[in-house]
Amino acid sequence: MADQRYGICGCGRGRRGALDSLVLGLVNAEAYALDAEATATRPGFLQSVDPRIKVLALVALIVATTATRSLVVLAALFVAAVALALISRIGPGRLARQVWVGVLIFSGIIVLPAIFLVPGTPIVHLPVVGWAITLQGLRSAAFVVGRAETAATLALLIVLTTPWPHVLKALASLGVPAAAVAVLGMTYRYVFVLIEAARHMMEARRSRIVAPLDGRERRRMLMTAIGMLLAKTFALGSDVHAAMIARGYRGEVRLLHDFHTRPPDWVFLAIALAVPALILGLQP
Amino acid sequence: MHIPDGYLSPATCAVAFAAAAPVWYVASRKVKAKLHTKLVPLMAVVSAFSFVVMMFNLPLPGGTTGHAVGMGLAAIVLGPWAAVLSISTALLIQAVFFGDGGITAYGANAFNMAIVGTFVSYWVYVLIAGRSAPTSPVRAVAAGISGYVGINVAAFFAALEFGIQPLLFVDATGAPLYAPYPLAIAVPAMMAGHLTIAGLAEAAIGAGLVRALQRYEPELLGAGTLSPSAPTRVWWQTRALWFGLAVFMILSPIGLIAGGTAWGEWSVEDLADPAARQDIARASGNVVPPATVPSGLKALDGLWNAPFPDYAPTFLDNKSVGYVLSAVMGSGLVLLVFLVVGALPGRRASTRLPD
Repeated sequence: MADQRYGICGCGRGRRGALDSLVLGLVNAEAYALDAEATATRPGFLQSVDPRIKVLALVALIVATTATRSLVVLAALFVAAVALALISRIGPGRLARQVWVGVLIFSGIIVLPAIFLVPGTPIVHLPVVGWAITLQGLRSAAFVVGRAETAATLALLIVLTTPWPHVLKALASLGVPAAAVAVLGMTYRYVFVLIEAARHMMEARRSRIVAPLDGRERRRMLMTAIGMLLAKTFALGSDVHAAMIARGYRGEVRLLHDFHTRPPDWVFLAIALAVPALILGLQP
Repeated sequence: MHIPDGYLSPATCAVAFAAAAPVWYVASRKVKAKLHTKLVPLMAVVSAFSFVVMMFNLPLPGGTTGHAVGMGLAAIVLGPWAAVLSISTALLIQAVFFGDGGITAYGANAFNMAIVGTFVSYWVYVLIAGRSAPTSPVRAVAAGISGYVGINVAAFFAALEFGIQPLLFVDATGAPLYAPYPLAIAVPAMMAGHLTIAGLAEAAIGAGLVRALQRYEPELLGAGTLSPSAPTRVWWQTRALWFGLAVFMILSPIGLIAGGTAWGEWSVEDLADPAARQDIARASGNVVPPATVPSGLKALDGLWNAPFPDYAPTFLDNKSVGYVLSAVMGSGLVLLVFLVVGALPGRRASTRLPD
């Protein structure tokens, strides 16, 4: 079959079509969310902390990560983040898979040239090209990668140990307006409804083509799909609005709080808030 | 363009949050006034749509793929204020739930993409589309260009935020604490990617989507937006912004008491003056400036005499008053340009949210 426009598309290994990779991306997002929800209900240290305290404490640690000017403190924060993960039964393998490798590749590529480009004291010269690696360049690359890894680990801990509705309620009790919290909660819900809708559209289309589409056709098809998804979105919005009105919604959002704070939660919060306070207070 | 945590200093992040907050406030007031009880459900589904659209990777000519932020497209269909809210919401869920973009950098990401990108896209779209019919091909072209310009201006802002980090934040050894590249590297590096692949994706999505909507759902393009109906109300609703700006203008003489010189902004006189030369050396990590004034600088010196040299009008002797006046007039000029551009939508195309 020399002409691959005929017959079933050869989208085997390494040759995924646009449709397949889109469907795969949508499925992966759903799987990620389901997995996070499952982890959040398992027993563990962070899972048992009051969500309000947890969100505040972990955000304080993220702020501390971005505020510190010492690589030693940064390393200590990273170790603390990993320790928190371990006592919450989230293994290093999972952290590596979901955060560390991705962040290292992304940030690593961005800061790699900095080890040569940042002016300063040369440490070694590369053998062939003779470029000098500077101390300052290495330090700055370590800062960026260290901060990005630590902050992303802490951010993942929020999501992996707290069901999303609890994150939102925590935001509401921390002063975020109720309407914004309601929008965030419903957005999260409808992201998955729309992902399902998009996936169905893609599956339906994929089952009706027998040959790979060329770039132009694929673009046209994706555009039409996005346009239709937008039309579906507005229809969905009207339906949801009608349903809310039918159930007595008058534009006011009320949230129920059923969180309980225990003494150990306060200890955790005090420690977490002390870290950025000490860092900001002590450094010049 | 989603800036992760650790690339921007806490101070930069705080400024970005402070810049975004009044816009979010005004946007929520405006959208609520228009939508009433529909605000929550409609914003939720549209934010979810913005989120899902960012997952659509588009095959581009040349074999690469790119995904769009969809800010141009959201601004065209919803109007800029509702688009600000929906893209901000999508970005927040991306940052917190999916780890795409940092939590401390959320303000900066929302400012660049949801606010700057959206408004620039919207203005460009309205400027080009003008009074053309909703089904006119001009609209598709306008959508493509507006997406392209919007994402590039947003990328430029992100590059500026990266580029000022090494100027402001270095440790005792001189190592940059945050994004390590100065403006001279950050801006070209960021723009190279966005002027080509990302810009192309945004343009293709914008133009292609408007074509698709014109064909199948023209009522969604009903020439519409949540555009301001009464200009006086706009001024009133954004008053907090203008007051904040006024406070900053009045505080601008603080610049006079800051020690040292503005790095790199030395004049021929500064390079010749021994005291100023010491300042320059101190500010440059003890690198002594060249003994003679560079010939190129000498040749270009005096080529352009700004109306307000060194920010002080010549007819004013009091330097502080001159400084404030310069701040007021400089900011006034910028505001004037924005107001003129912002006024165009009101005259040219009146758009509305689809019911």
